[in-house]
Amino acid sequence: MQLVSSAKALLLKEFVGAFFLSFRYLLKPKATLNYPHEKNPQSPRYRGEHALRRYPNGEERCIACKLCEAICPAQAITIEAAPRGNDGTRRATRYDIDMTKCIYCGFCQEACPVDAIVEGPNSEFATETREELFFDKQRLLDNGAIWEREIARNLAADAPYR
Amino acid sequence: MDLLISLLLIVVKSLALLVVGLVLVAYYILLDRKVWAAVQLRRGPNVVGPWGVLQSFADMFKFLFKEPIIPDGANKGVFLIAPFLTATLALAAWAVIPVNAGWAVANLNVGILYIFAISSLGVYGIIMGGWASNSKYPFLAALRSAAQMVSYEVSIGFVMITVLLCAGSLNLSDIVRAQDTRWGLLGWYWLPLFPMFVIFFISALAETNRPPFDLVEAESELVAGFMVEYSASQYLLFMLGEYVAIVTMCSMMTVLFFGGWLPPVNVAPFTWIPGVIWFVLKVTWFFFLFAMVKAFVPRYRYDQLMRLGWKVFLPISLAAVVVVAGVLEFVGKVAQ
Repeated sequence: MQLVSSAKALLLKEFVGAFFLSFRYLLKPKATLNYPHEKNPQSPRYRGEHALRRYPNGEERCIACKLCEAICPAQAITIEAAPRGNDGTRRATRYDIDMTKCIYCGFCQEACPVDAIVEGPNSEFATETREELFFDKQRLLDNGAIWEREIARNLAADAPYR
Repeated sequence: MDLLISLLLIVVKSLALLVVGLVLVAYYILLDRKVWAAVQLRRGPNVVGPWGVLQSFADMFKFLFKEPIIPDGANKGVFLIAPFLTATLALAAWAVIPVNAGWAVANLNVGILYIFAISSLGVYGIIMGGWASNSKYPFLAALRSAAQMVSYEVSIGFVMITVLLCAGSLNLSDIVRAQDTRWGLLGWYWLPLFPMFVIFFISALAETNRPPFDLVEAESELVAGFMVEYSASQYLLFMLGEYVAIVTMCSMMTVLFFGGWLPPVNVAPFTWIPGVIWFVLKVTWFFFLFAMVKAFVPRYRYDQLMRLGWKVFLPISLAAVVVVAGVLEFVGKVAQ
């Protein structure tokens, strides 16, 4: 027994086998995605950068009910509400999300009764400074304007399962 | 006047070898990374230049422009000399390697002894670097490296002796010429001395601190080993020295066992290709093996390394010297 195993060791049996195995792997297609040029398919439920949506007529959806602020487990959302000057409807005068606190759980989106705050498909919003990640209401509304088409498509695609 | 011309000729030859050799090393480093990546189904460097062909040069400039940091407690002189010593010694070994018939910068009669001596000196760079850093990990790595390289040099020495017995010369060019038989590929020493060839390959892995014997820089134990405190161009020199030593070992295998510049078959289409190309192809093949070994073999434990060196390779190579000498005496082919 000892003889057989030492003969195998001396003839490098396992190493030769390993060589051919890894040579087969060498010729296999690569598993790496060439990231900025290629991207993985994305689920409609993907939870990325937040956005505040508007109705088709341009009216903002958010009514400052503060359900998202209440449910946010990271306490990343801060809202202040007041009646709007021209028509007296209840609106958010301040809607801040601290993206450095956010854990992208999607509870705000689940809690929202009017589909105002949503997490869009974008995940490429890295910044150079920390301050740029403190999103205010204007930034979130702008995100909504930029990503509305993708967000609406994703919401429609996911609607049958909700 | 004659002296001046011959000196100039040596300088020109050395420069040509250095430039071509270093560019080759740059691409061998890329090949190493690409093979390693491909076995793991990764792409490897592919951003700098098409297919990443400029990656090594980008890395070189990065290292050159970074700030060299010398630790406070370090012995500055030794700390700075160590990487230069490693790189210089590694490059000096190339002087005697015949890349074609008569194409060696120095056609030494004791070429193999010279290479053996130079590659043994290589351990000094590592010991100096490890000691001068005045830090625990580098020092431990230097101790390991000293023991490792000394252990495997012994069996490398005996393997070389078997080749010398067959070739009857210490001159590397003569060793290659001795392999020039009518059997071509099958007449090279790798076949008659096959166990020695395997032992030499594995010892070369240990001698150049390549995986699976890279205990000197075992990442999970010693961070980066003797290079922990090194940065910028000093680190570059250490890395360069390491890869140059690997290429030297690959060329040694080519010269001793794989017929140097000789074509594999001594017939028309193969003999048209110049010897240099055969030499580089063979070295590249051995480097590919080095890269593959890195990809599929797990690191040895230190006691396993020592067991392999002293209790397996040393007795086998010692016995082989006796057997080869006996066989040569028996068939009456002892070289004069």
